[in-house]
Amino acid sequence: MSPPPAAQAAKQETSLSLPTPLPGGRSGLSPHLQRLEDEAIHILREVVAEFAKPVMLYSVGKDSSVMLHLARKAFFPARPPFPFLHIASGWDFRALIEHRDRMAAEYGLDLIVHTNEEAARSGINPFETETGEYSRLMLTEALKAALDAHGFDAAFGGGRRDEEKARAKERIFSHRAAGHVWDPRNQRPELWRLFNTRLAPGDTMRVFPLSNWTELDVWTYIQAEAIPIVPLYLAAERWVVERDGNLIAVDDERMRFLDGETTVKRQVRFRTLGCWPLTGAIKSAATDVGGVIAELLDSRLSERQGRLVDAALQASMERKKREGYF
Amino acid sequence: MPDTLAPPANDALPLATRSELRFLTCGSVDDGKSTLIGRLINDASGLPEDQIASLRDDSRRFGTTEDEFDFALLLDGLEAEREQGITIDVAYRFFSTARRAFVVADTPGHQQYTRNMATGASNAELAILLVDARKGLVEQTRRHAAIVSLLGIRHIVLAVNKIDLVQFSEARFREIEAAFAAFAEPLAFHSVVSIPLSARLGDNVARRSDRTPWYAGPALLGHLETVETDLDAAEAPLRFPVQWVNRPDGEFRGYTGTVASGRVAVGDRIVVAGSGRTTAVARIVSFDGDLPAAPAGRSVTLTLADEVDVIRGDVLADPKRRPAVARRFAADLVWMDDVPAAPGKRFLLKIGTATVPATVSRIADTLDVDTLRRVPASGLSLNAIGRVEIEAAQHIAFDSYTENRQTGAFILIDRSTLRTAAAGMVVDSLEMGRDVHRHAETVTPALRAEHKAQRPLVVWLTGLPGSGKSTIANIVEHKLMALGRQTMLLDGDNLRQGLNADLGFDEAGRSENVRRVGEVAKLMADAGLISVVALVSPFQADRTRAAALLPEGRFLEIFVEAPVELCRQRDPKGLYEKADRGKISNLTGRDQRYEPPQDPALVLHTAELSAEEAADRVVELVLQRI
Repeated sequence: MSPPPAAQAAKQETSLSLPTPLPGGRSGLSPHLQRLEDEAIHILREVVAEFAKPVMLYSVGKDSSVMLHLARKAFFPARPPFPFLHIASGWDFRALIEHRDRMAAEYGLDLIVHTNEEAARSGINPFETETGEYSRLMLTEALKAALDAHGFDAAFGGGRRDEEKARAKERIFSHRAAGHVWDPRNQRPELWRLFNTRLAPGDTMRVFPLSNWTELDVWTYIQAEAIPIVPLYLAAERWVVERDGNLIAVDDERMRFLDGETTVKRQVRFRTLGCWPLTGAIKSAATDVGGVIAELLDSRLSERQGRLVDAALQASMERKKREGYF
Repeated sequence: MPDTLAPPANDALPLATRSELRFLTCGSVDDGKSTLIGRLINDASGLPEDQIASLRDDSRRFGTTEDEFDFALLLDGLEAEREQGITIDVAYRFFSTARRAFVVADTPGHQQYTRNMATGASNAELAILLVDARKGLVEQTRRHAAIVSLLGIRHIVLAVNKIDLVQFSEARFREIEAAFAAFAEPLAFHSVVSIPLSARLGDNVARRSDRTPWYAGPALLGHLETVETDLDAAEAPLRFPVQWVNRPDGEFRGYTGTVASGRVAVGDRIVVAGSGRTTAVARIVSFDGDLPAAPAGRSVTLTLADEVDVIRGDVLADPKRRPAVARRFAADLVWMDDVPAAPGKRFLLKIGTATVPATVSRIADTLDVDTLRRVPASGLSLNAIGRVEIEAAQHIAFDSYTENRQTGAFILIDRSTLRTAAAGMVVDSLEMGRDVHRHAETVTPALRAEHKAQRPLVVWLTGLPGSGKSTIANIVEHKLMALGRQTMLLDGDNLRQGLNADLGFDEAGRSENVRRVGEVAKLMADAGLISVVALVSPFQADRTRAAALLPEGRFLEIFVEAPVELCRQRDPKGLYEKADRGKISNLTGRDQRYEPPQDPALVLHTAELSAEEAADRVVELVLQRI
């Protein structure tokens, strides 16, 4: 397949374009990003106005970082009027935890961290446990338990429709029956900006303010708004192991090597940040956000490709959603 | 390397002027719609390689074309649908060029089409109608054009696909173009651009094709990149539905919301549409510093120059060009629920940021989308489009949908299943003097009630003639008065001497009788009174409508029950006797039906209770509510 001409044109514009002052727009966002921002802020406010106890899921990834930024904008000068929930698996990158705690302190966030301690104690780990089962216990079950324990009736997630085919039909307001069950055949139609937020007892809502964003939008927005992100998203020399065509970073001493495996130093970055033993790095020279955008415009690999969790199951997203994963 | 990177604000911002277009694609199953979207995405921005690998694999398993890649498979997301070879919902796709980012709402062309198309169309600015060049316009093309027009899309691309299969014939293309122009004339589109193309081969999709030298227009992608669609919202008068009141401390009071239409600037005079209070915009507050002005689409926070009473659901508007403020209006509905619409049913109506109880009070007709004719109807089933009358429990601010797609749109939510039952588009207010705007009230219903030290309530006694309503109502009022309450008795027979003297006893007359008494009861409640209504009110729909006029929990429907034989035996007003002698007709319980309450707050079996005992039960219930 030859490189598509439009992508080439876009790339060319990246290197050539000069800052263009926008009429009336002080923030310098393109009309497209401005529209996405306005839409997301509208959704955030709608939830706060209509639900009793919302929470924002905060995975500390780039999408979460954008959501946190939008939440600070939407309720300014007030602080975001809801807590932030991080589902930590115990296998999170160290840099991610540091970033999380720094953000919480700097912005005065009400941060809740929840881990499936019982599963961790019983020896569930990303090396030995089957990947699907691991993510079900450490992510899906942990999330459901945390939502239930606090009685949250609405949870913001950073899911985007462009990530995967099963997400293309997801609603912005995704209704979950008791037990967090997602029924793809029984979702409410979404018309105009008029979201049906009504819940029966026991039901909850997952809400995706970034539904209409693409990965490129997320990155260009991070750049335009100078949003702080975990440095793992940018290329640096890192110790990795090559395994089944993936580059696995060695983030701490719990790494389990297979026979014949050695660590090598490579200049890599991560496109997504899951549990470190299950997240593949990609070789990259992008040491700043501009570099990531340039590589993205050039890239023909879609985002979740680096995630072993997804490779484990065909059409896995739909199954995981039914179980209550985002 | 630092632990946290704040990337520097880049001075050479890429894609800094990129705009956005959201569009809808519609066509029949075999028109090649999915292939066209796949082709557009591929030619515009390139498919990710892992998706191509997955597609190659899927094409072998599920593909319906002989091509190496079945582009259509890209668009079918969910496992079950893929196995059945159909898409059953709206799917959203994304692609972009250097000039524009696109959001494509893809909707299926088979059953459920109306519901799904309406959903996709509600947020689209343009629609691509796909036609097979060999078949020309078919029923579905007309249907889709009609729905798209109803939903307010004003920009159309008629994509005449499979032009390669008619040997790139100009004559065939012109014939289809002309046929569509003739059909679409009454649909009020602002622009219709017809393009001959082949989704499978790529002709005129991303690039102008050499094989249609007679075609002078743009390729599809070029048109999508340049068409201007966002002028309407910018030119309409200011509408700002207040979404959430931001009060971080005692000092600051900001009204957040999205500018639905027009433009708001610091110093502008604005009116709170519902109350009629006017003030001015003091500041437009944002995280990045105050703004001088904000156009349609911006989500902002306003502060006002005066302390006015504004809550979520209020609409701030241009005082010179105000929205209608009314309870009754005509609307078009797209019915989306499996349970059909019937007159009298109560819903929650969400319009802008306001949610109020409302009743579909009348169904006038349905639109036959094939002929664009309106046919009289008394119900609406799934996927039907109909003209109805809506009666909201409270005054709401709105515009007609053709003038404003944001403030003229609403949804109806079923109160028991909580499903979204209908998409609605306001046609017009049904209240007289809709240009006479309400004066700001200084004394409010809440204030009147407070002054009387009670919570207003309507106690509505319904039942057959002779069941004991009037007797019980009189005792109830005496007892409440003895307890120091301020009351009013509304007896059906007495009201028919004056206010309702012009009404007959047929079904229409009875409905109107009940409607008027309901309105009077509402006025009494606004005055802060507890009113006791004694009225046969035989039909559930009429009683439900009366209840909808009042806030939740302020209407007690009480069923005064007695067997018809007993009523006839009592016959306190001699009505049964007169009816038997043929002096009167239409007596409820004898000649006309009576519908017992479906969910009464209380049932009084007067065959077993004395009037005194029955009244005690009513008073007991009333005291719990006031």
